[in-house]
Amino acid sequence: MQNKEWGINILRFFSLLLIQVLLLNNINFLGYINPYIYIIYIMLFPFTGNRSLLIFTAFLLGFCVDIFSDSGGIHAAASVLLAYVRPLFLKISFGVSYLHNTVKLSEARTNQLITYTILSVFVHHFVLFLLEIFSTQHLLLVFKSTLFSGIFSMLLILSSFLLFSKRN
Amino acid sequence: MQQIILFFIKNKNTLLFLVLFFIAFNLTIQSHAYHKSKFISSANFFSGGLYSLKSNITSYFTLQDENQKLLQENAFLRQKLFNNSFNIYDSLPKLKFKFIPARVIKNSYASTNNKITIDKGSNDSINRDMGVITSQGIVGIVEKTSKNYAVVQSILNSQSQIFVQLKNTNHFGFLSWDMQNPNVVQIIDFPPLAPVKKGDTIVTGGNSAIFPKGILVGTVTDFSFNKNENDYFLTVKLFNDMTNLSHVYVIQNNDFNEIKTLENQVEDAE
Repeated sequence: MQNKEWGINILRFFSLLLIQVLLLNNINFLGYINPYIYIIYIMLFPFTGNRSLLIFTAFLLGFCVDIFSDSGGIHAAASVLLAYVRPLFLKISFGVSYLHNTVKLSEARTNQLITYTILSVFVHHFVLFLLEIFSTQHLLLVFKSTLFSGIFSMLLILSSFLLFSKRN
Repeated sequence: MQQIILFFIKNKNTLLFLVLFFIAFNLTIQSHAYHKSKFISSANFFSGGLYSLKSNITSYFTLQDENQKLLQENAFLRQKLFNNSFNIYDSLPKLKFKFIPARVIKNSYASTNNKITIDKGSNDSINRDMGVITSQGIVGIVEKTSKNYAVVQSILNSQSQIFVQLKNTNHFGFLSWDMQNPNVVQIIDFPPLAPVKKGDTIVTGGNSAIFPKGILVGTVTDFSFNKNENDYFLTVKLFNDMTNLSHVYVIQNNDFNEIKTLENQVEDAE
């Protein structure tokens, strides 16, 4: 990675962490719906970058969110899983161009971006709520939370892509 | 040997993932067991400091509300003083219970295992297993302390079980939470003979060393009889607004250690 990319990713790591714990964890829309957008860091990590580094920093990011929300290791587990399966999601959503290492988010088509976001958000949220609720008796609650929080996060993530995209 | 090293290098990402996932999973399981969450909590120096900074800033926005509440409480206490009746905190004159005021710096109510962080810790003689209340009612039990901060297990926690009873009779049950509504809790194991009806007041029972008898909890809004278990299931609306906590009191029971030692001796003897 070049120096500039390092800087951007480190900045993204800390700003997403602060936004998540100080702002978004307190939204509690309709009582329990919170968006979790810190996964943007994992989604946007350079596609050709070091995979081990991604897995490790994803763990760190989730771990930090956990420390702030007193939730054990649920965010860490969900983030690590997402970081690990990210190449699969990239392959599904971007197809051939990913295999040739030529994917650029700024040039991706909207439907590809949406597929990528949906896959990432829902897998991450499902693992997150499964571990948080941690009981088979409340599976319905797991699905309900995943769905509502997932839609919320998805909207926020897509709009932030739109906001920060370099397209004109 | 070379084969093994090659295998490790080839699968280093998978192995790294498995190790980290295992660590995170372990931390999750630990956090689901009461008193086990050791160092990952918002009571540590860094996150506690950040939260108290945030709370310092945001507390200005709710000053008006807080002043109103404190005024109400002052009035209530003054009324008690001049009427010379200590019905509600009837153990107070003997100074069995000491009330330590604290401020909530982080509150959560939307998760299934909610915890609250307060800005007093072991330096202010707060220990685990102390009760936490507001002027309106019960909040939770101290789970873990650091020097300047403490994490409280809220009653809105799937693991929380607190001893409560009807105000007028001594029939007791356990307060639990079904993870749905932050203002509604449930009472399980309530005896079938109890004369319960809608609108009854629920208070804490005096059988535990954590809360004094008679701290307000809420009112019964609904109840059903469970034939299989032969007990009542009560739905209780809390007096406290758990989504809006700021000033709380930690209850220090001066006889706590004595009671615990005695109970342990009896258990050992058995």
